[in-house]
Amino acid sequence: MNDPEMTRSERRAASALRELFATQRLAVLATQEEDGHPYANLMAFAVSDDLKTILLVTGRSTRKYANLRQNPHVALLIDNRSHQPSDIHEAMAVTVLGEAEEVSEAERDRLLQTYLVKHPHLEEFASSPSSALFRVDVDRYYLVRRFQHVMELHVRR
Amino acid sequence: MSLALSLPEIRPPHQTSVGGKCFNLAEMEQHGVPVPGTICVPARAYRDYVAATGIRERIMLELGRKDFDDMRWEELWDASLRIRNIFLRTPMPGDLRTGLADALSNRFRGEAVAVRSSAPGEDSDAVSFAGLHESFINVSGIERILEHIRLVWASLWSDAALLYRRDLGLDVADSAMAVVIQELVRGDRSGVVFSRSPNDDSQTVIEAVYGLNQGLVDGTVEPDRWVLDRATGEMLSHVTPSRDQRLVAETEGVRLEPLPEGLSSRAPLTAEEVATVFDRAHQLEDLFGRPQDVEWTWGERGLVVLQSRPITALAEADGERRWYLSLRRSFENLKVLRSRIEDDLIPRMIEEAGDLARQDVEHLSDEGLAAEIDRRAAIYEGWVDVYWDQFIPFAHGIRLFGQVYNDALHPDDPYAFMDLLTGTEMASLARNRALEQMAAEIRDDARLEAALRERLAHGRDTEIDAAFQERMDDFVDRYGDLTCAVTGGARCGEASGALIKILLEMASHQSAGERRSRHSEKERSQSVTREEYLDQFEGEERARAAELLDLARTSYQLRDDDNIHLGRIEAEVLVAVQEGQRRLERRGLEEAERLGAAEVARALRDPDFVPSVSAVEETEDDFLIRARQLIGQPAGPGVTQGRARVIASQADLASFEHGDILVCDAVDPNMTFVVPLASAVVERRGGMLIHGAIIAREYGLPCVTGVPDATSLIRTGDALTVDGYLGIVTLTTRRGDPVDDG
Repeated sequence: MNDPEMTRSERRAASALRELFATQRLAVLATQEEDGHPYANLMAFAVSDDLKTILLVTGRSTRKYANLRQNPHVALLIDNRSHQPSDIHEAMAVTVLGEAEEVSEAERDRLLQTYLVKHPHLEEFASSPSSALFRVDVDRYYLVRRFQHVMELHVRR
Repeated sequence: MSLALSLPEIRPPHQTSVGGKCFNLAEMEQHGVPVPGTICVPARAYRDYVAATGIRERIMLELGRKDFDDMRWEELWDASLRIRNIFLRTPMPGDLRTGLADALSNRFRGEAVAVRSSAPGEDSDAVSFAGLHESFINVSGIERILEHIRLVWASLWSDAALLYRRDLGLDVADSAMAVVIQELVRGDRSGVVFSRSPNDDSQTVIEAVYGLNQGLVDGTVEPDRWVLDRATGEMLSHVTPSRDQRLVAETEGVRLEPLPEGLSSRAPLTAEEVATVFDRAHQLEDLFGRPQDVEWTWGERGLVVLQSRPITALAEADGERRWYLSLRRSFENLKVLRSRIEDDLIPRMIEEAGDLARQDVEHLSDEGLAAEIDRRAAIYEGWVDVYWDQFIPFAHGIRLFGQVYNDALHPDDPYAFMDLLTGTEMASLARNRALEQMAAEIRDDARLEAALRERLAHGRDTEIDAAFQERMDDFVDRYGDLTCAVTGGARCGEASGALIKILLEMASHQSAGERRSRHSEKERSQSVTREEYLDQFEGEERARAAELLDLARTSYQLRDDDNIHLGRIEAEVLVAVQEGQRRLERRGLEEAERLGAAEVARALRDPDFVPSVSAVEETEDDFLIRARQLIGQPAGPGVTQGRARVIASQADLASFEHGDILVCDAVDPNMTFVVPLASAVVERRGGMLIHGAIIAREYGLPCVTGVPDATSLIRTGDALTVDGYLGIVTLTTRRGDPVDDG
């Protein structure tokens, strides 16, 4: 594809994502219970430079850990609302769809480092043997701006 | 602080809250200058109102649909029309209403008043909002006054004011508005005085007209003009116009009337009165410590000052803004423009196109052809200027009508007034009707249909009924081959099968003509009729309302016709350019068909000139973007689902199928023959008054305009939902899955 308009839209969308991720520390993670019921948590997150991977840390005894092991399909919500009426037109929200997987030993050091650059105060928690580092391989982003303007950004793999 | 301040109550700390106009009136009154009885409604009342009613957020939503810098003038018109309707339809909350109503009835006791803007920051040294916000003269009754306060508030969001703030980089979110309510001084002479002339520091300038000041300020009535020596008051010159009209107050509002016998030969001010105005202006300059621009009127109380503001060293409005401000035309002004367009400009355009069409370009030398290309391009450019300077401002007639209609009827849909404009005879509708008649013939004649299909498959050799062939030829003569990029360019494309294809498509589906008449019937039962509109007005106002409707219908029709006429001239430029391109191709120049007029002319003159062809930008490959839901402007009510047909070039039109959603950069009248086949229209260009919206409305189709990047984010074959109520386009599924192609 060499449509310059499209390239411009892609760049704009990618830079909007980077800007949002730089200012936000927490994401809402949605997982699925064994009985199919949805389950949501607030999580510290970090994102890889290429925007293709999102990193999360969870304790191994948690319900979300069990859910992730059982069903790797997840959704995340990251937004910059300020709890004012103006959020309706000013806030941006990103819904992420992807597959979660506990990181392998081989890449653990590198990815943990990415996570800790953003959340240095979580080092003890993240490094504990009772915690698990997950990577979410992003399939697509839905960017919602201006109340109802929605773009899908698909990650090519 | 009270929400209604009288002038003696105003103190220096109130300045930022009551705005410059109000504060200066208080200063003047406190120094014994005669001014009208005045109540100031500070900006806090505005803030309370927009906060309590939620209007603040609705405005931000309206303006936040897309980047403000990306909004075209038509979109700003629309946004400001919708915002104005919100103010019109939203009463003040109880406390505010009661407080203001009490203060107003105590002060004015039923007298007529003027309701004027006094925006904080307006008329400061740095910026002047003169003329950008609305003022209303001669308003009576508490309810009417309260309504007009809301309209002055709304004018903070007029398109001109929005554009001006954008140019100055002012934050629209922080804007607020104070209002001045003044006793109406029925002066029989009025005018302005600049204590220091903007043109010459050593002079003072006085302008005066008979009647009310508004006639002078909006340029409807030409004034007498005196230039005086600023130091001595000595009269240096007096220019007299042909005095023939004056603006007077009527039951509500104002009216232009012929000047009574006897006044036209007499200047509105005597020499002595000129001296009085001069002295007053210099008193005010001393009071405020800088040169003043003063509006005054002369009545029973003698000279009364209506307002005084500093003369700002305002940079001349730049070209775009000046043009933009010129779009605010008065009714009188529009009537003049109308006769110029109808009686002079349009006939001249038709003549010009005809003259050009009769000239043969094939027998010109290369040098002669180059000169002819330049000449035609210059003629075309001249008409493009006329288009921007005369035709587009004339479109303001539609808006003026919309405003009068909305003020009188407070409709739910701020565009309901368009229903009284549709059905106007437009050139493109006549063309579409001609198509529909041919399609109907095909529908009833299986042999004719078979012959046309045969022709499409096997070319010219197939015999077609001679009478029908003649009708098709006539159609092409009159309207051009349908895939030609410009109107009437019969010679610019191959005599392709486009016309036959479209006719067959129209013939095999429901009659578009029927659809249109059904739409009209449905609309008729729901919408306000002409009579209901006129019944809102009485006496002379009713006659004016009828005249305005007639003017608006002409404006509406011209929104389409002007492009058709301009297109015919453009087609003649193209005829010469294409002749040039053919010669360059024969000379061996590659891709000559991609060259513009100037390059073709240059290459014809200079065989060594090699024009460059632009390169395409490289793509980054990590992501694939897809639109899921796009926001534009609602431009035709209705919701529909269908398959997108993206029109990138005129040639794409031939494959348009019944039920397709027309997606394009900008619908121009040369494309609108497919609209009867379409189920909805989506356009990148924004606004209610663009052709796509107007034609969609004619055919009762859902329409969303102002969708950024519409033609690149939407592909032919995508399943779309078009929501013409909210201005939203949703891509439901995409044909194939381009994600996997990477």
